[in-house]
Amino acid sequence: MTVTGVLQIGIFFLALLALVKPLGTYIMRVYSGERVFLERILGPVERLIYRFAGVEPSQEMSWKTYAVAMLLFNAAGLLFLYALQRLQGVLPLNPQGFVAVSPDLAFNTAASFVTNTNWQAYGGETTMSHLTRMLGLTAQNFLSAATGMAVAIAFIRGLARHTANTIGNFWVDLVRGTLYILLPLAVVLALLLVSQGVVQTLSAYKTVALLDPTTNADGQPVTEQTLALGPAASQIAIKHLGTNGGGFFNANSAHPFENPTPLTNFLEMLAEAVIAFSLTYTFGKMVGDTRQGWALLAVMMIILVGSTLVAYVSESAGNPRLAALGVEQTASSLNPGGNMEGKEVRFGIANSALFAVVTTGTSTGAVNSMHDSFTPLGGLVLLWLMQLGEIAPGGVGSGLYGILVFAIVAVFVAGLMVGRTPEYLGKKIEVYEMKMASLIILIMPMVVLSFTALAVVTAAGKASVFNPGPHGFSEVLYAFTSMANNNGSAFGGLNANTPFYNITGGLVMLIGRFWPAVPALALAGSLARKKKVPSSAGTLPTHTPLFILWLLSVILIVGALNFFPALALGPVAEHFLLFR
Amino acid sequence: MRTQIRPTLVILSLLTFITGLLYPMAITGIAQWVFPWQANGSLLERDGQVIGSALIGQPFDDPRYFWGRPSATASFPYNAAASSGSNLGPTNPALEEAVRVRLEVLRAADPANTQPVPVDLVTTSGSGLDPHISVAAALYQVSRVARARGLAEEQVRALVEQYTEGRQFGVLGEPRVNVLRLNLALDETTRKHERLHSGWR
Repeated sequence: MTVTGVLQIGIFFLALLALVKPLGTYIMRVYSGERVFLERILGPVERLIYRFAGVEPSQEMSWKTYAVAMLLFNAAGLLFLYALQRLQGVLPLNPQGFVAVSPDLAFNTAASFVTNTNWQAYGGETTMSHLTRMLGLTAQNFLSAATGMAVAIAFIRGLARHTANTIGNFWVDLVRGTLYILLPLAVVLALLLVSQGVVQTLSAYKTVALLDPTTNADGQPVTEQTLALGPAASQIAIKHLGTNGGGFFNANSAHPFENPTPLTNFLEMLAEAVIAFSLTYTFGKMVGDTRQGWALLAVMMIILVGSTLVAYVSESAGNPRLAALGVEQTASSLNPGGNMEGKEVRFGIANSALFAVVTTGTSTGAVNSMHDSFTPLGGLVLLWLMQLGEIAPGGVGSGLYGILVFAIVAVFVAGLMVGRTPEYLGKKIEVYEMKMASLIILIMPMVVLSFTALAVVTAAGKASVFNPGPHGFSEVLYAFTSMANNNGSAFGGLNANTPFYNITGGLVMLIGRFWPAVPALALAGSLARKKKVPSSAGTLPTHTPLFILWLLSVILIVGALNFFPALALGPVAEHFLLFR
Repeated sequence: MRTQIRPTLVILSLLTFITGLLYPMAITGIAQWVFPWQANGSLLERDGQVIGSALIGQPFDDPRYFWGRPSATASFPYNAAASSGSNLGPTNPALEEAVRVRLEVLRAADPANTQPVPVDLVTTSGSGLDPHISVAAALYQVSRVARARGLAEEQVRALVEQYTEGRQFGVLGEPRVNVLRLNLALDETTRKHERLHSGWR
């Protein structure tokens, strides 16, 4: 660890905190239907969309209608993206002449982008045409993020309202979230990225001569280098803002055309976390008590900052096997030191560890360093952040309703201990609410563990494993953890582009996204119908340091109980192999 | 449910059109107009010919050049059409073996150099295209490059210092040296040096 490393991490978290209140307030205004300044420009577009679609924006929906609209919209998006990939060979804007994507890979990628996972079984620059990346991948980056935010806002309305039958209009939430929140932020970020060197062009790849010719694996001379180009900045801006994470290039944010400078790295990390954190403030505003939002933010922050420190210390320590060979891994002002396998020099250890934690904490899944090459404990932190259920802070929207469900479980457990009916924000938590909360929380570990088990006992599952020993098991566990939690990062050594992983993975991503989203809306509907109970002396206040600690404990205990045995077989075993 | 089908199709089409076509096209237009050099790959030229990108590393194994980081891209190192890391885990024996071989090659190219080898010089980058090495990794190679080129070590070291990029705004990222830019400058220096000497003859 170095002073500048800690300083950079500190600056990042301070910048993030500074944005929470202004952006959170703005988001609240957008979803409450208040006039925002962008309506002068985009207002006519918004109204035109409603007119063509036959949507009456003031007409609200019951939770069931809301869920149906959400599911239909995503199903249509899935089909469209699948078709686009299968047809890219005959469509325009394909200067490299890529052929149709194979059916299993197209299904996996469509599921991946619609569910906001952005698992990358494809290699961007070797598979996807410009058109596919724009109309398919970029558009779904917006729409899956807007879907997540819409569900979260509907959930908040359920908590904020009482004796109400509706939780908002899905179409209005979707359109306003896209036009007034994601689009303007993406435009600004994309241009900042280009100014730093992220490419943005529709032309074909560029071939240049090498200064010092080399030879390829077959001993043939290589005198040229082909630079993969394309409309990258526009996709990358929303890839981070929408916690999507699917790379324009195979190497994702480690690629210098995707993340060329420390500044772009800083902005990309900030973009990943800012909406998810700001939504806690939006939540506080909408339920009329901002302390409730700050309490959730505190829980998220404690988990994220703590994880960053563990990852940073672990990666800084380097690899003892390389130290034994005499490699210099000590950090100095001239040498970033540490475990540099799979990391870029411009980011060094601090920015690689921080990026990895932010990307797994937020369910983004972009990577600026190869997680597969992390030290065992560094990799463990990343796995664990996802296994908590993507709530610190999680994906845009999905993270907020995820942690709210944990808050409901926390008040329920506390209520059991003292023998009182639990309530959250004046709403009684009863049998139906606990059923829905359990459905949401338990499905993820079930899916992760059963599919991991399936993969490690079948030949098709084992054939893709790249690294030997416990690390190979970690690769499989990481893959299903990442997909079920809609994260999308990978221990990239695993050969994910096989029919087995494409198909099981596609299913896992769809389950991981929509199984929790529908009960979350049901929960919202049920909460909205309830009367508001005035708080009494027996009410557990949910904004105090005590509750923050309590919620933190519930999250950690559930996560630890579910996954400790699996983690012991993977990263923990590997750690003791390396440091015995 | 049926009442939701029209909004589904219309809104999916319109939002896809706005975010998937209008938005990237607008960004492309602005980028090409305001930042044309960056938007097209930050290309470097020498004598009117494109010689590479300032952001994408190239493979070097001639002792006369500074070497960049090892690269794990497919079929040949620094294949910029197929970025990739090695994905070797920390306990994979293949990692240890690869590093051992790289250390041997570095030491064989400069047997008198007893400095410790900085870690970035023997490990592959995440993208396989890392354009930079650490300052320590550049300084480690000064003696070899100077000897191979018949230049004074001070002269080469001065070039390394000249091409060292500090942290952005003094705080972000790590200090680093762009290998391609340094090597281009090195060629330029050698050319001047030779011209000077041929002038004397």
